[in-house]
Amino acid sequence: MAQGIWIVTERREGELRKISFELVSEGRRLADKMGQSVTAILLGSHIKQKAGMLGKYGADKVIVADDDRLATYTTDAYVSVIAQLAQASEPAIILLGASVQGKDLSGRLAARLGVGMAQDCVAFSLENGNLVAKRPICAGKAYATVTFQDSSPQIATARPNVFALNDPDDSREIDLIDADFSLDDSQVKTKVIESIQEAGGKADLTEAETIVSGGRGMKGPENYKILEELADLMGATVGASRSAVDAGWRPHSDQVGQTGKVVSPNLYIACGISGAIQHLAGMRTSKYIVAINKDPDAPIFQKADYGVVGDLFDIVPALTEEIKKII
Amino acid sequence: MNIVVCLKQVPDTETQIRIAPDGKSIVTDNIKWVMNPYDEYAVEEALRLKEKFGGEVTIIAVGPKRVTESIRTALAMGADRGILVDDPSVAGSDSLGTARVLEAVIKDLDYDIILCGKQGVDDDYGLVGSGLAELLGIPQISVVIKIEVSEDGSTVKAHREVEGGTLVIEAPLPVLMTTQKGLNEPRYASLPGIMNAKKKPLDMKTIADLGLDASEVGESGAKIKIMQITPPEERKAGKIVEGETPQEKAANLARSLHEEAKLI
Repeated sequence: MAQGIWIVTERREGELRKISFELVSEGRRLADKMGQSVTAILLGSHIKQKAGMLGKYGADKVIVADDDRLATYTTDAYVSVIAQLAQASEPAIILLGASVQGKDLSGRLAARLGVGMAQDCVAFSLENGNLVAKRPICAGKAYATVTFQDSSPQIATARPNVFALNDPDDSREIDLIDADFSLDDSQVKTKVIESIQEAGGKADLTEAETIVSGGRGMKGPENYKILEELADLMGATVGASRSAVDAGWRPHSDQVGQTGKVVSPNLYIACGISGAIQHLAGMRTSKYIVAINKDPDAPIFQKADYGVVGDLFDIVPALTEEIKKII
Repeated sequence: MNIVVCLKQVPDTETQIRIAPDGKSIVTDNIKWVMNPYDEYAVEEALRLKEKFGGEVTIIAVGPKRVTESIRTALAMGADRGILVDDPSVAGSDSLGTARVLEAVIKDLDYDIILCGKQGVDDDYGLVGSGLAELLGIPQISVVIKIEVSEDGSTVKAHREVEGGTLVIEAPLPVLMTTQKGLNEPRYASLPGIMNAKKKPLDMKTIADLGLDASEVGESGAKIKIMQITPPEERKAGKIVEGETPQEKAANLARSLHEEAKLI
């Protein structure tokens, strides 16, 4: 009988990412209801010392696959190792982050194991010990509640920034286990040959706590400077609407909405964004929404917690000055 | 160089989603159906590779008859032929089921590169590409924004968008890649292209034609079952920040964010 919850952790620049702790926290809550254990899976090279932190958030065991060939993520090597471990230990549930890496890995892992996979979930519950997952469709215009059939394990990815972190408990001890696996180099066909980091080291939109976003009302690429000043002050990431991206004012990776990124920050400040349905779909789960727009009838005001009717070129710089006084 | 593009037809992104009375599906009447936006990048990239290396571009889709319109759009852009698997038994397939149908079509084709949109903008699973690559036993590179195939056509270097940067991944052909916005600017079909598309082959296939058993696909073979579809929580309009001047409005907003919402 399949037992236990597995968390597939993720690293960037060697450090465990926040989503890994969110997953362990949620895994702990589910495992307590099932009376089962939480096992975190850690893949990499010389990474054992990272295992302890996973315990503080709720992992009982950490299985470490330590191998130079796992230092950087490749689909082939990671899927091969995790599939072998899962086939040997038969966990009931495997959770991963709905990050770029997690989405790449989970799809292939589920296909290899021949089981169901629920992508980008925002809530989990249990029914007779089976996983029930709630996930957005059409970028959040609706939500589907899904269950699994003939799936052991049941695999799901969790959206970053949604699941609450447990308070770290320093007294928790973990059981550290060396993974037993084999890796056939001829099976690893993809190779990472370069990693290009964006300058500035800003949080990605999908992980940002605060987003300052600009749309058609920005009138041109040069005007994003005022958003960047506000964003720098607040430690925020700058986003954009589809029309701003399609106009070539901002890179496509900044786009928020149905054909861009779906975001859930604490605070989303929409400047000169009218609130097209495909944009609202991508940011409506933000905890607080502020809209700054000179059109009082803009649909964005129907979704905003705080609306400011006015010219963003006056309001945004003034807001930056006012926030400077507070912080 | 032969390229296969897997295409999905989805509701236009401007569509307001309505939930059907069964509570498990969406109302599909009066929906404007379009080629999945991410698949447009796949079609465009396939055409560019064909222009450089020669070969054929084949469009494959799974779905009802209406999907032929989207396939014709791809043919009008310049693809060579289309295959639609239209069979009532595929209704309700999950991603793995769809991948299985696509695999059954593709495994007998002569292909070097398979391109899929990174996800359908309706179900948002994003699993068909990796599932298909696994079933075919070929490498995958997902969420790509740049593709460079070596002159001899043996390997590909693809730029993959990740949080906070880009990874350059190399893989031997045949390979499956999923396409992301930013890869290219999809062309519009020209009038001669639209006329030509009507003469290009578009084959219809059933599950039986592919040697698949109906129980492996569709709702009966699905590993994921939809129990319920619900609307998002309504966000109520909050308050309009008052003030005589922009400065006053900004000050009131900053105070609200600080004192009420405790965000700064």
